[in-house]
Amino acid sequence: MSAASLPPRLADVVADFEFVDRGLRAEMLIEYADRFVEVAESVASRPYPEANRTPRCESEAFVFVTDRPDGTLQLHFAVENPQGLSAKAWAVILDETLSGEALDRVAAADPQALYAIFGRDLSMGKGQGLMGMLDMVQHAARQRLAARAGGAERS
Amino acid sequence: MASTQILPDIQARGYARPEVLVTTDWLVDHLGDPDLRIIESNEDLLLYPSGHIPGAVQVDWTADLNDPVRRDYLDRAGFERLMSRIGVTRETTVVFYGDKNNWWATYAFWVFQLFGHTQARVLDGGRLKWEQEKRPMTRDVPAFAATQYTAPERDDQTLRAFRDQVLAHMRAGGKLVDVRSPQEFSGERTHMAEYPQEGVLRGGHIPGAKSVPWARAANPENGTFKDAAALRAIYEGEIGLSTGDDVVAYCRIGERSSHTWFVLTYLLGYPKVRNYDGSWTEWGNSVGLPIERG
Repeated sequence: MSAASLPPRLADVVADFEFVDRGLRAEMLIEYADRFVEVAESVASRPYPEANRTPRCESEAFVFVTDRPDGTLQLHFAVENPQGLSAKAWAVILDETLSGEALDRVAAADPQALYAIFGRDLSMGKGQGLMGMLDMVQHAARQRLAARAGGAERS
Repeated sequence: MASTQILPDIQARGYARPEVLVTTDWLVDHLGDPDLRIIESNEDLLLYPSGHIPGAVQVDWTADLNDPVRRDYLDRAGFERLMSRIGVTRETTVVFYGDKNNWWATYAFWVFQLFGHTQARVLDGGRLKWEQEKRPMTRDVPAFAATQYTAPERDDQTLRAFRDQVLAHMRAGGKLVDVRSPQEFSGERTHMAEYPQEGVLRGGHIPGAKSVPWARAANPENGTFKDAAALRAIYEGEIGLSTGDDVVAYCRIGERSSHTWFVLTYLLGYPKVRNYDGSWTEWGNSVGLPIERG
């Protein structure tokens, strides 16, 4: 994975985690998790739609996107498992690095950034759950890119 | 501490081996007991450093219980080193707790049983109940004097099942419990949409297996185990197990199924339950093994 394959803010976060040991990595991720703010009720309220549930995420993470005036995405998350600290940390990282980012950069972001940030100790289930959150964000970006391409072809 | 102490609250639930569970009330009264070692094992590695039960050590599935190269658990020497590091002797009673209804705690418990550390308990309700009751938590990581711990060789025959044994078990019509989600059991899902690293090439389940997702054994509101009558209704009433059955439980990699192994072995008293830790990531990737869908 090269920094060029990542949106700039995500590349910065990956760089921050590059040389940290296990303990410091955990501390840094806990700091991210502490900044987690649940999706506003104006965007989504419980019970959250199943369509927004991250597949196979044991922490019951939900992903929501809204469109910003500049055509980029604003990301929102809910994590129903109160002990889902990793999911909360990842949600904050995704929001802080991909909200407002160009859609093509979001869609092309290398998913290996997850492992660069969390380390290779992630369990398979946890890794897939967190990857699923990014997957849903990228899916939303691709949908919009495809819609725009279709619109451009018709016009 | 009496190692076989049975707590009235637990005994009332009708378990076969009630001494295996301790309550949050009991544990809070035994914090600092030198004969006790509290062990936290989580799926989410951020939880322990964010706060844990005072005096608890962390045993991590990846770093502590697995061989770093081969797909296998730590060996005897590795287990002895781990026990020494966390200050445990053969006489120490270890109490496991963790997140996700004690899913990973029971997995660590199972690995400890491969080395015969029978002085082992599980905190009923685990981390969730402890937090809900606002019990004391700390971020201080305790240090214990290293111990001399002599373990027996790992016993891979009694509690663990391997692929060829499971195949023979299946052909003989033995009881199999698939504890994954209904979607994984049916074969509808092997992996996440759009994510290429499936982990497994074929979906479905081992022919003859019955589906009981592991978490059904727990009360979702606080992570405690359901009482024996409720557990029997699930495992005996719904899928026809009975106490004398030779049972193999499996999931994707053997961690969720260790929870079911714990329930069947200790709470319902089944004498012969094995955990197939190769589980679906081995079976669903193996050439030529039979698979059932739907």
